[in-house]
Amino acid sequence: MAENRALHHMVTRRRLLGAAGVGALALSKPSWAQAIIDLPLPGGPDARQITTAFPQKGPMILQRTRPPLLETPFEVFDKGVFTPNDQFYVRWHWAMIPTDIDTDKFTLTVHGHVNQTLSLSLKDILHGLPSVQLAAVNQCSGNSRGFFEPRVSGGQWANGAMGNALWTGVRLKDVLDKAGVKPGAVQVRFKGLEEPVVADAPHFMKSLDIDHARDGEVMIAYAMNGEQFPLVNGFPLRLVVPGWYATYWVKMLNDIEVLNQPDTNYWTKVAYTIPDTPHASIKPGEANVKMIPINRMVPRSFVTNITPGQQVKTGAPTTLRGIAFGGDSGVARVDYSVDRGQSWREAPLGKDEGKYGFRQWQAQLTLSSPGKYSLLTRCTNSNGVAQPDTPNWNPAGFMRNVAESIDFVAT
Amino acid sequence: MFRRSLLAVILLSVASMQLPAWAASAFELKPVKIDLPDSDKMFPDGPGSDAINNNCLACHSADMVLNQPALSKQAWATEVNKMINNYKAPIAPEDAGAIVDYLTALKGAK
Repeated sequence: MAENRALHHMVTRRRLLGAAGVGALALSKPSWAQAIIDLPLPGGPDARQITTAFPQKGPMILQRTRPPLLETPFEVFDKGVFTPNDQFYVRWHWAMIPTDIDTDKFTLTVHGHVNQTLSLSLKDILHGLPSVQLAAVNQCSGNSRGFFEPRVSGGQWANGAMGNALWTGVRLKDVLDKAGVKPGAVQVRFKGLEEPVVADAPHFMKSLDIDHARDGEVMIAYAMNGEQFPLVNGFPLRLVVPGWYATYWVKMLNDIEVLNQPDTNYWTKVAYTIPDTPHASIKPGEANVKMIPINRMVPRSFVTNITPGQQVKTGAPTTLRGIAFGGDSGVARVDYSVDRGQSWREAPLGKDEGKYGFRQWQAQLTLSSPGKYSLLTRCTNSNGVAQPDTPNWNPAGFMRNVAESIDFVAT
Repeated sequence: MFRRSLLAVILLSVASMQLPAWAASAFELKPVKIDLPDSDKMFPDGPGSDAINNNCLACHSADMVLNQPALSKQAWATEVNKMINNYKAPIAPEDAGAIVDYLTALKGAK
């Protein structure tokens, strides 16, 4: 009830603001409204603010203020394979996000189908369990949704709803072992501190199968790139599920429940599902498709040092540079083409910082004749899975991984 | 100092290219207290703008909707019904229709 009263007050406040009129609103344009960036989304709208208004964050593309959806400006990905914390993308589901975290009082509860319920302090986690770390890409299920054609509703991301960090934490397996998983456990469900504004709306929760949860790779992280998390990236604890889409990487993780029945909660069973088809792709309007929870990521690659329409010189070497990731495995190779996929050349790869992370690639290209070109890149992962040459489509705008292209001009 | 020691751990692990398990870390977390920015942006005036302003802005700011592409009336109705049925938005039935009409007028597919 308290929530509903709060809701009423908020609505009333907004109605009053509305009555104040357009002029007053124009005057109250927030001071943090700074630069505008155009995202090349087919049909638009393409203008987005670059905001620096979020604490602990640098310049970010503002997709939604509340709950925050902040996209990483794409030029950040040219600087290296690790995405800086202050420009790592942000995506929340519900607006009630705690903004005051007392590290002495925070606890992580482990309960359900276990021998003993645990209530772990941050000290218990940081100092009572072995510390592990690995590099891994965290990518929103709907990264690049804005490029879907026909367009679909949802966060209208360009390609910046992804990032790669070195994650430090403890193994989920060690925490589960400490609680003692009982025979018959089937899944483990994760919940964070965010809450819906409307009291009876579904709390955000995600589940993993018990064997996946105990694989020794899934991690409860307390640091990214050697620092504690920015609050909006999930401080103080975040689940890290290497190779899987970010929907499973529950932020502000404070509750782990071992289940002896499959999870039927909305966010696992209904939301974040994909067609059970190759590339999760269907025809627009296609009905009666079997849907399954989104899961492993697929390979992707990008050019990071050439912008659309950029001019390069003929007869001289041009450096091409970018990043790739294999999804649920490492990068085996990156190929590029400047003749619309008729011929491909392999690009030398940079240092391997871990199979789940970004891998830089770089090549030298000398074009002999001027004209318009399109630079295509294609990653093949170490499981032999390559990016497809046609875009997938599904109504939620999930799992885009077509071989991307950038148009440029040789003069 | 803690940051430096963690960095040393990171450098070691990168050098060994393994997934190393270390003894309990010396890392410490500091409490955080911030204020998140809000948005007072309203939907542009038009038939149904009161309905959308009064019903939708408690859970999310208007920029999310204004950033959406043009969608068919049917797609907008699906969106509004999702907010009501899945996300429990307390929207009166007469307002739901007005909101769908408003969105279709503002951002309807041509």
